[in-house]
Amino acid sequence: MRYESPQTIEAASALLASEAGLARVLAGGTDLLVQLRSGMVEPDLVVDVKNIPTMTSITEENGGYRIGAAVSSAVMNEHAGLCAMWPGVMEGADLIGSTQVQGRATMVGNLCNCGPAADSVPGMVAANAIATIVGPNGRREVPVIDIPVAPGKSTLAKGEIVESVFLPAQAKRGGDAYLRFIPRTEMDIAVVGVGVNIELDDSGVCTHARVGLGAVAIKVLLVEDAAKALIGSKLDDAALEKMAAATSAACKPINDKRGTIEFRTKVAGVLARRAAKIALERANVRANKRASNGGEK
Amino acid sequence: MSGIHVSTKINGDAVEFVCDVEETLLDVLRDKLGMTGSKEGCSSGDCGACSVTVDGRLTCSCLMLGAEAEGHDIGTIEGVAKGTQLHPIQQKILDHAALQCGVCTPGFVVAAKALLEKNPDPTETEVRFWLAGNLCRCTGYDKIIRAVMDAAAEMRGQ
Repeated sequence: MRYESPQTIEAASALLASEAGLARVLAGGTDLLVQLRSGMVEPDLVVDVKNIPTMTSITEENGGYRIGAAVSSAVMNEHAGLCAMWPGVMEGADLIGSTQVQGRATMVGNLCNCGPAADSVPGMVAANAIATIVGPNGRREVPVIDIPVAPGKSTLAKGEIVESVFLPAQAKRGGDAYLRFIPRTEMDIAVVGVGVNIELDDSGVCTHARVGLGAVAIKVLLVEDAAKALIGSKLDDAALEKMAAATSAACKPINDKRGTIEFRTKVAGVLARRAAKIALERANVRANKRASNGGEK
Repeated sequence: MSGIHVSTKINGDAVEFVCDVEETLLDVLRDKLGMTGSKEGCSSGDCGACSVTVDGRLTCSCLMLGAEAEGHDIGTIEGVAKGTQLHPIQQKILDHAALQCGVCTPGFVVAAKALLEKNPDPTETEVRFWLAGNLCRCTGYDKIIRAVMDAAAEMRGQ
């Protein structure tokens, strides 16, 4: 195995593209090191991307935030602006592993590892996060939902690396939330995870919604019927009931030791409804704060 | 195979070593540098026995390659006591008899120290969540949590 630590993403991409054998990107390493140690993967080349400045910084852009792919969850969760604008996305990332793991693990690693239960992904899908990918043919922008295909399998081509994820500006009266079910309080993998992002108009009617659903299918799902159930409503009980039913209907889960098909299907609806209520409260708090700050962000 | 030359700082001292690509920082500390205070428990980032700090941030040294340490500041359990003067967290773990076999203890000390540097006055719940990645199979945690709370109070001068 060779170890390389390039200074630019173009150099990193070229290294990955020209490697004849198996190559892996190393950011936080909290998945890769475990796979190496267990013999699950035996790469010929590991490319450490933590010395690439664009991949290790958080920058403001068009009212939103661009997060480098090698930024750890701990660093993101210490960023006041990010936590205020996208609390649901940040909480999803913060649920991954222990304090020690948080210090290394990255949201993009969580995404590109393509585990269906990845906690940071439904929130990114709900936020309509866009990944910037750099490869031998240049740069392309891809919605996060289009990156995972199946466990361990992504749409990234040989030599391609996700450089950053862009979280767009949150709406004036918008809010997001992520909830997961685990049978304990900490250090577990989601049985179901739901991310909800909503936008309301001045009269409190929902004008836009996105619902991301994890751990109930081969990959993360964008549940458009659940969003439709909210749009045009004030998130009253009837709309929330319809949204919960649409979320449950979208589930295509498996039975495993962490949950049955029936349980996952039911819990998905329950969590979607609860997450929508949290998102609603956050949207209103955000709008009130803006009003009291004279319209400033 | 040719090794990788790494320049780093460990507990404030400049340290250079040569390691194989596959070696973790934990392997380097224990097998190359003779710093056996950091323990190998699970080797998968679950148990926290190998906890160190990298540029002040708590990390499992089993989840990091030795090569990744280049240019970084590593803090290990060996740097916690000042000579024979134990750190308050270490002293309180002794006072509360908060260890039995002791394999998890260095990880708990490094992790708790990182917490108290960030938050000198944590609630018990905050301590329990912060230390959720440190597993102890002997004590049942209660004495450890009490020792950390007590150390925090002493360090605040209470």
